[in-house]
Amino acid sequence: MTDLEKRSDRSPVPADWTYAPAPESTDIVRLQERYGLYVGGEWLDTKEHFATIAPRDESPLAEVAQASGADVQNAVAAAREAFGSWSKLPGSERAKYLFRIARILAERSREFAVLESLNGGKPIKESRDVDLPLAAAHFFYYAGWADKLEYAFPNRSPKPLGVAGQIIPWNFPLLMLAWKIAPALAAGNTVVLKPAETTPLTALLFCDVVRQAELPPGVVNIVTGDGSTGAALVESEVDKIAFTGSTDVGKAIQRRLAGSGKKVTLELGGKAANIVFDDCALDQAVEGIVNGIYFNQGHVCCAGSRLFVQESIYEPVVEKLKKRMTTLRVGDPLDKNTDVGAINSRMQLEKIEELVAAGKEEGAEIYQPPCRLPEKGYWFAPTVFTNVAQSYRIAQEEIFGPVLSVLTFRTPDEAVEKANNTPYGLSAGVWTEKGSRILWMAERLRAGVVWANTFNRFDPTSPFGGYKESGFGREGGLHGMEPYLDFE
Amino acid sequence: MAQAPVLPRGFELPLKQRLPRIGAIDQVAVEGRAADLAKRSIKKDAKVWALELAIRCCDLTTLEGQDTPGKVAALCSKAIRPDPSDPNVPSVAAICVYPNLIPTAKERLAGSAVKVASVATAFPSGQSPLDVKIRDVEDAVAMGADEIDMVIDRGAFLSGRYAKVFDEIVKVKEACGGAHLKVILEVSELGTYDNVRRASLLAMAAGGDFIKTSTGKLPGAATLPVQLVMLEAIRDVHEETGRKVGMKPAGGIRTAKNAIQYLVQVHETLGPDWLTPDLYRLGASSLVNDILMQLRKEKTGAYQSKDYFTND
Amino acid sequence: MTRLPVKKTYKLFIGGAFPRSESGRTYEAQGQNVARASRKDARDAVVAARGAQPKWAGATAYNRGQVLYRIAEMMEARVPEFAELCSGEDEVHRSIDRWVWYAGFADKLAQVLGSSNPVAGPYFNFTIPEPTGVVAVVAPDEPPLLGLVSRIAPAITGGNAVIAIASETQPLAAVELAEAIATADVPGGVVNLLTGHRAELAPWLASHMDVNAIDLTGADGLRADLEVAAAENVKRVVVGKPDSQSLYEISAFLELKTVWHPIGT
Repeated sequence: MTDLEKRSDRSPVPADWTYAPAPESTDIVRLQERYGLYVGGEWLDTKEHFATIAPRDESPLAEVAQASGADVQNAVAAAREAFGSWSKLPGSERAKYLFRIARILAERSREFAVLESLNGGKPIKESRDVDLPLAAAHFFYYAGWADKLEYAFPNRSPKPLGVAGQIIPWNFPLLMLAWKIAPALAAGNTVVLKPAETTPLTALLFCDVVRQAELPPGVVNIVTGDGSTGAALVESEVDKIAFTGSTDVGKAIQRRLAGSGKKVTLELGGKAANIVFDDCALDQAVEGIVNGIYFNQGHVCCAGSRLFVQESIYEPVVEKLKKRMTTLRVGDPLDKNTDVGAINSRMQLEKIEELVAAGKEEGAEIYQPPCRLPEKGYWFAPTVFTNVAQSYRIAQEEIFGPVLSVLTFRTPDEAVEKANNTPYGLSAGVWTEKGSRILWMAERLRAGVVWANTFNRFDPTSPFGGYKESGFGREGGLHGMEPYLDFE
Repeated sequence: MAQAPVLPRGFELPLKQRLPRIGAIDQVAVEGRAADLAKRSIKKDAKVWALELAIRCCDLTTLEGQDTPGKVAALCSKAIRPDPSDPNVPSVAAICVYPNLIPTAKERLAGSAVKVASVATAFPSGQSPLDVKIRDVEDAVAMGADEIDMVIDRGAFLSGRYAKVFDEIVKVKEACGGAHLKVILEVSELGTYDNVRRASLLAMAAGGDFIKTSTGKLPGAATLPVQLVMLEAIRDVHEETGRKVGMKPAGGIRTAKNAIQYLVQVHETLGPDWLTPDLYRLGASSLVNDILMQLRKEKTGAYQSKDYFTND
Repeated sequence: MTRLPVKKTYKLFIGGAFPRSESGRTYEAQGQNVARASRKDARDAVVAARGAQPKWAGATAYNRGQVLYRIAEMMEARVPEFAELCSGEDEVHRSIDRWVWYAGFADKLAQVLGSSNPVAGPYFNFTIPEPTGVVAVVAPDEPPLLGLVSRIAPAITGGNAVIAIASETQPLAAVELAEAIATADVPGGVVNLLTGHRAELAPWLASHMDVNAIDLTGADGLRADLEVAAAENVKRVVVGKPDSQSLYEISAFLELKTVWHPIGT
């Protein structure tokens, strides 16, 4: 053996392995300086505009239109006019438009994902791998119902309602757009949709998909603006209002529409119980807890924000949870390795901070893993509160942020009682390896969606919606067609 | 733990009934978590660091009926100096061979830090009487093996004879003397992730220094979800006892990109303490060349060709 | 000077590939030499179908729907070619729209055909549809394209794999269809198309013990004997219409599975 080969190799091991930045390029998105309203297949300018920013660093992205009451009425009139011919098209032709939209969204999905993360703050790996595929799939699914309604509702004669006014939130902007527009159009309605104030850009880019799909003008109309635009839409001559957003605004809408004869569906807030039994698949349950509350920074109506741990397994669960939280990567939403992105707006950040302060004051014990938060932009570290009592504000009120409250229970009966002890009823989670108990719990939990041994799973075929103050009406599945049809 | 006076050995559930109730694993969730971790994007200096670590953790392996001293000698040269054109590329951790080739490997590796690992215990099937398997280990150790890679008796495991599996590992560990012991579970024969976890815990309880996925003789071998299950078992043993057991995925890891995915899992499940050849090995043969190609690509900026890397 | 075109060779479609008949035979139809499949080709097609079916059934319904939609995309690009081989553009458009219609049903079958059943006891009980497996199809002569599509599409929508015997007198549309299917991301073996003599081939499929169902829409005078042969392994026998489009065409090739599980703490 030569001298060259007689080498001892023991290079020192660095203390830790830091992943280098892995940014997804934003080159793929071409933004205009200013956007108008998309009405009757045309772009219309407005008197007032406002800036929309990137929450990761508060940098301005574009100017968007502030639709006035008159603008909204104009949009509704355009939708009304388009309704005549759209509703008379054979279902199979409407289906083909929707299939086109689905395919184009799938093709342009990277472009949309980057824009979604830029404008909204969620990690690119979520917008790329969850929001976009689900949005395209939603259009694909509902396309197939457009000409098969006699199978969905046998012995009933379903007809479109007319014009639907749709108001969507900022947490899943494009996906919520898909959830609203796809079934509405499949049923033969036309729509006026108002995206959330802080996240208008993917809805505006969607208008280009509408153009590429050659959708007849006026079938889809997008009006941007703040809360006043939404209020104007609720007041306008639509046949139906579909709203997803906060419970308070939902109640206001329900009050406003009372006696008007307009149909309404509401998808509101939640304070879901995520229930972990001592015979769960432990490490997978911890993943489920993390996914339940830190996915999309906790900006999820169905987030598992109340963790109920069976007392017999409390220590291992909380220990593993805290350790797991230390590997969450909080940072630039456009970095492919980011797990937790930016909070959507200053307003939401302040709300989270207020409730977290209340939690500390009321006596809960707070834990946040060490993380370096960027200086500019809106950020909040993943947080977990233990020693939480049912009555604390952090156990009652929806925080809509990456903040988990941990409570305990002893028996299945107690778990059900505590889980249901809330005005909300959107979702719930159950973790146990015992099949019969999963079904027993599912039977008793007053929630529109029950996830067993999983969490935050969505599919266009799966109906989603709440009990009690989490709203009424279902989106997704065969049942999601009903709110958009008139059965006389 | 206190002992009840009436019962001679205290209240212990027999192993047979207890082990199947340990640690259910949800397949969908564990595969989902492994898929998520596999999406980590490791670039630039983080990637170079990982590639060099991967080489330092490699157990260059040849386990063929047709192995000869010539073949093993060439492999040893590669182990010491993977890239003749670049002295900065570190040596691998070990060579892994059949017992008959230990003397050649010892001779060729003398003076280097590369270890000699040998398979033993009627590898790969393990289907021989215990005394034959122990003798196999003793011979390998006598010939100078630094490390022993044993196989568990899967037939015994799958028919519920867990005590036999346990006892064999204990006895093999004794026969190893100063050599460190890797316990091969042969995960693709175990059928479920539940069984992988049980076998992992059994192997660690019996004294294994490393747990290893596969013999490499069956298709399937190491997968990312299987490693995740084993890492979580290692983590639990460490939490409970303070003992650090090593991990070795083997078989089916052919690309540098894949190797980095395995390392990311270790990093995010066990932490940086395990990112060292003392606690982590990659059982591979053709992997090293792909890593060398990636390293050279990072250095030169151009995609590489196999023509420029030796096949030993 | 006019250019001499390259003439197409009309072969079988088995396992995603285009082999000639293992028998080396051809016959003349619509002015062309067309492969004349033998019983061994039929046998090979069944092997290919059986091999491909589990993975096709295991794909998500959404994925199956997308693949079927892509068949429509591929056909749309070839409308003039198809039009020459059948009654015209109108039949081609209807065939394309038929694929689109079935594509849109793939991810809805469980919702309309399945159920959760309220049994009188503490059990959760549900019924789900599943594909029957390998389906043989004897395609009708008329309409040559739409009839073939109408008999193949419902079977594969539900997750089955199909071996179809094309019209004997008008087989070219089937070969063109095979080419569209081959470029549409359909896994090899999910659709197999045999051209040849119907009376020679059909009995081999009807008696094949590894075929789960047989569609005799185009069997005409052969029907009675084929039904007798089918009884040997209790095949599901289906006789449909050459130009129909319905949920029940799909469900004819589906089994129903009912599952019970107790509800308790």
